[in-house]
Amino acid sequence: MSKERNDETVLRRHHDMGGLPAGPVGQSEHDYAPWEKRVDAILRLLADPKRGVITVDELRRGIEDLGPGAYDEMSYYERWIASVTNNLLEKGVITVDELGRRMAEIGKAWPAGVGEEKKP
Amino acid sequence: MSARFDIGETVKVRAAFPPGHVRTPFFVRGKTGRVTAVLGPYRNPEELAYGRPGEPALPLYRVIFETAELWDDYRGAAQDTTVVDIYENWLEAP
Repeated sequence: MSKERNDETVLRRHHDMGGLPAGPVGQSEHDYAPWEKRVDAILRLLADPKRGVITVDELRRGIEDLGPGAYDEMSYYERWIASVTNNLLEKGVITVDELGRRMAEIGKAWPAGVGEEKKP
Repeated sequence: MSARFDIGETVKVRAAFPPGHVRTPFFVRGKTGRVTAVLGPYRNPEELAYGRPGEPALPLYRVIFETAELWDDYRGAAQDTTVVDIYENWLEAP
């Protein structure tokens, strides 16, 4: 039996979990944090047919490619912005160096983060 | 592109496991279902996912499955069904 399970582990990608045990589903309503709304807006602007920088299919592919560890630990919109970032790097819209320097600048300006924004 | 299958036809989902972005869930691969709607042509999301044009567009079908056939350990009602939208490149005649 263990061989069968190993085969499935190889063939089935981490995000494709329909029918697997995954614990209870939270059903309470929640507000979106301001940064989550910004992530949503960024994706919509980039995917707008006028710009066509990325497709929602590329967004999904990028989320799947985060791998099991990051996929499980990140919140929904953290996965989105990680995928958007990787897509923009692939396409040469931003560079790794540019992004790293800007993140360091912002980290200095906002050492404690941006207030009470929280994960959903 | 004209649709290869009609409403009411029995179809089998390919038991294929390619790497990369796949839009057909694992739990229906290799299973047999029935077409309940032909939803029209859409650009191929498995190509769009890699920044390519996704042409030619593919017919997308709504396929209904007996849930108990999808999962051996399914404990719900025997008449339960599961509906999945599946692109034509994933379907074949049973």
